[in-house]
Amino acid sequence: MGDAPLATLGYLVTSVCFIFGIKRLGSPATARSGNLIAAAGMALAIVVTLVRLRFANWELVVPSVLVGAVGGAVAARTVRMTAMPQMVALFNGMGGGSAALIGAGDFERLSTQGTIHAADMVPILVSSLIGSISFAGSMIAFAKLQELMTGRPITFPLQQAVNAVLLAGLVAIAAALIVAGQGAAAFVVFIAGSLCLGVLFVLPVGGADMPVIISLLNSLTGLAAAATGFVLANEVLIVSGALVGASGTILTVLMSRAMNRSLANVLFGAFGAAPAAGVAGPAITGNVRAATVEDVAALLAYARQVIIVPGYGLAVARAQHAVKELADELQARGVEVKYAIHPVAGRMPGHMNVLLAEANVPYPQLYEMEQVKHEFSHTDVALVIGANDVVNPAARNDPSSPIYGMPILNVDESAHVVVLKRSMNTGFAGIENALFYDPKTVMLFGDAKTSVTALVAEVKEMVPATA
Amino acid sequence: MSVTTRDLAVGAFIFGLAVLVGFELISKVPATLHTPLMSGTNAIHGIVLVGALIIAASATSTIGDVIAVGAMVLGTVNVVGGFIVTDRMLGMFKRRPAAPPRDEGDARG
Repeated sequence: MGDAPLATLGYLVTSVCFIFGIKRLGSPATARSGNLIAAAGMALAIVVTLVRLRFANWELVVPSVLVGAVGGAVAARTVRMTAMPQMVALFNGMGGGSAALIGAGDFERLSTQGTIHAADMVPILVSSLIGSISFAGSMIAFAKLQELMTGRPITFPLQQAVNAVLLAGLVAIAAALIVAGQGAAAFVVFIAGSLCLGVLFVLPVGGADMPVIISLLNSLTGLAAAATGFVLANEVLIVSGALVGASGTILTVLMSRAMNRSLANVLFGAFGAAPAAGVAGPAITGNVRAATVEDVAALLAYARQVIIVPGYGLAVARAQHAVKELADELQARGVEVKYAIHPVAGRMPGHMNVLLAEANVPYPQLYEMEQVKHEFSHTDVALVIGANDVVNPAARNDPSSPIYGMPILNVDESAHVVVLKRSMNTGFAGIENALFYDPKTVMLFGDAKTSVTALVAEVKEMVPATA
Repeated sequence: MSVTTRDLAVGAFIFGLAVLVGFELISKVPATLHTPLMSGTNAIHGIVLVGALIIAASATSTIGDVIAVGAMVLGTVNVVGGFIVTDRMLGMFKRRPAAPPRDEGDARG
């Protein structure tokens, strides 16, 4: 393996950088340096490769890399923090697509030299298969999160059977290709089938489970990268791909645990079982009470403790700065303010922390679910801003609900609940929320940023600052 | 250049060890870091760019060139975008004990 000893040593340094980089990414104090170390390792691997190849075909390489670098940098710099999850999905798909094309490129090159040996063909097929699944799956995940298509599970009769038949077909084509050692048409069909499998694999997954799926696709792309290492007999591809594949798998398990869902459940489970949506539990009865800005401002300004529960709606409205201001005004009036962060608030674990950190919300005011869950019973007002599924009591008491069993923030234990929401639309999981009909709950309809800004003004006018 | 069964065996050897390291690397990661960690490892599999460069160097036909260009562009987007996005996310976490006002959210205290 490897024709140049120096290049191999360079790849060793890269691999070590990746190992330390991933290690450091796992701890808050070192995470940023971990990312930079990994990036440095990547730069080294690219330079080593270019030198080793003596800049062959550079008139093709330079423009391609420039286009990719500018595109990637602009997208990464300009994307809003709220759109981060789909951006990760998009980049992940790019990696998967690249791996599939590497398989295709090697197939094309070798097929001009006669029949392809099994030792070449097997890794080519594996990298093309996994890369294509990851590419197509990530694009669907992107489309769902970007709301280019419905975030709800898309199911059709015999879905699992269709997937099984498709997979069996792909295995048959692969076997034929390995035996024959050639067949461009069959290879194209193989790629197309793999893409279809990727689409079918993500379609039935609901929007709320998307973080887990993106993590899974991320580790799949890692495996595809490792497979390209076998195609090209390249150590650094194998090591890096294996590292991402393995650590990504662990991360996927951690994430589904944070959402109290098993991985199998996410992939084939409850959200896919569509009938539940039609007969979703006991009918919700009662009235929704809409409040005015004055009502809510008075509730807040005279409270002893307020817990703010931020959700994706806050992020979409870009209300995090206004919320910070409201919290500051309340604290200046002697109100204790805490933020309760559900593990999957926003659209990914940790997403909400990033958004609030962007608005300079002091870290000590952020409480994770475990730390804050006993606080609600002695809280005067729970202020739910653009959150829905993470405060839905159905997760606690309605076994027929698709989110049953997911740990939630028990805001209904506090004396008053104020929900800021644009409309009565259902949340990302697409289910009704009995909290809104609770007699303790008042709704303040409107754009979160507008509402919170109005609240700030009203609080200032209503009560003079004491502290 | 063609892959031999010995290459595959050595590859499997390296792959197996790297998988074990990967499993060990991540154990108790706070939920806050799940998204940046995913994004960081996402950037690392952009290493496929190295493979794309190798494919480009050995491409001998027009179709080979086209495939290589696609692989290089996609791989570079993955690498560059992945690391920048991760850095942006992690930049949000940095401690600012006495943060200078950066926008209206900071104006009052």
